[in-house]
Amino acid sequence: MWNKRRDEEPPKQTYAPPPPSPAPVAPSPVETKKEITPVSSMPIGKFEPQGSSASSASIGKAVKVVGQIYSREDLYVDGEIEGTVEALEHKLTIGPNGVVRAGVKAREVVALGTIQGNVEAHEKIEIRKDAKLVGDIRTARIIIEDGAYFKGSIDIVKPEPKAAAKPVPAAAPAVPSGPPIVAHASAGAPEIKR
Amino acid sequence: MLRGPRAGGTAPGGAGKQGPPPRALFASKSSGEAVLLERPSRGLEEFFRNIRDTSGLTILDLGVATQQNVTFITNLGHRLYAADFLQILNDTFGLDDTVDQSNPGQIEYFLKQALDYPEGHFDAVLIWDVLEYLTPALLNAVVERLHKIVRPKSYMLAFFHADNKVEAVPFYTFRIQQLDTLQVAQQGQRRPAQLFNNRGLEKLFGKFESVKFFLTRERLREVIIKA
Repeated sequence: MWNKRRDEEPPKQTYAPPPPSPAPVAPSPVETKKEITPVSSMPIGKFEPQGSSASSASIGKAVKVVGQIYSREDLYVDGEIEGTVEALEHKLTIGPNGVVRAGVKAREVVALGTIQGNVEAHEKIEIRKDAKLVGDIRTARIIIEDGAYFKGSIDIVKPEPKAAAKPVPAAAPAVPSGPPIVAHASAGAPEIKR
Repeated sequence: MLRGPRAGGTAPGGAGKQGPPPRALFASKSSGEAVLLERPSRGLEEFFRNIRDTSGLTILDLGVATQQNVTFITNLGHRLYAADFLQILNDTFGLDDTVDQSNPGQIEYFLKQALDYPEGHFDAVLIWDVLEYLTPALLNAVVERLHKIVRPKSYMLAFFHADNKVEAVPFYTFRIQQLDTLQVAQQGQRRPAQLFNNRGLEKLFGKFESVKFFLTRERLREVIIKA
């Protein structure tokens, strides 16, 4: 018993001295990104009527972002963005107050506000009434509502057949041949680079 | 954009849906309150006849971007450019149709906003009726620019009212229904800056190879211009 207690105590003493580091080690990268991410302070319910799902991130109308945004979940933008926005596997919605002066790449884009920049929407793009889009569009499908303003070119790109449908040779290479995966640390929230 | 006032009151379906519509010009309801007119267009037929055997063309549409036109043209395998010409005209010179459009600086600015494309970029242009609202200085500059940005042997489709003494004419959104059929929605009325007879149009497009006219029931002159 005595011996055991003495064995347990020393490690506590060795662990205690290095406390000068104030921040906890494990969650720091995620938390710092959350601090940078300008998530809206407005209630989420305000954006939902326009079609944003509960799981989407949102940038509120009082927020301006200059830089690059990579999102791994649906993103709703009602603020202002200058730079680039990528949500390759997800839906990007530009709210009625949203102003995006940026190149945009997403699986699906819904514009209710303003986009100035080229847009690549792999699946489809919707330009709703009163939306304004100035830029070139590459997409598989486009929906333009009456009352929308659009200036630019439209390239309809038929979606390529899935890679899985292709016959795989017997001696497959070790390197995976699937679609490129964006390697970013954040596991859900949009990441913003300056 | 199709919810504008129907100032002309020319829609046969406006008073009600009873009674058979005329064969060539009939009303149909779109999604909301807007009543749209459908009518055959020899000019459109001729336009597509000239480009139908080729896909992958680059086509400029100077009207309002509409779902029908985008779908129709991209389904034919073409690349579509849209430029809301009248909106840019209003943004540049104001809504007042009596405004002076002869300021060289403003003309240059307008051309940069509306028609800033490389030389020989387009295989075809859907001009619709937008040239009617341009005063001579601006009109000549626009036609000159169009001549630059289209390829030789390309085609343009334009509409001009044929009446000689109209005060104001209805202006429309044109939607392509079929190769020879248009759906038109009146946006309101606007005073044309100039009216042209055939001779005047031949003179206006004098730099182009040929001009061909089709007169419609609504005294609208459909014009095919070959570069």
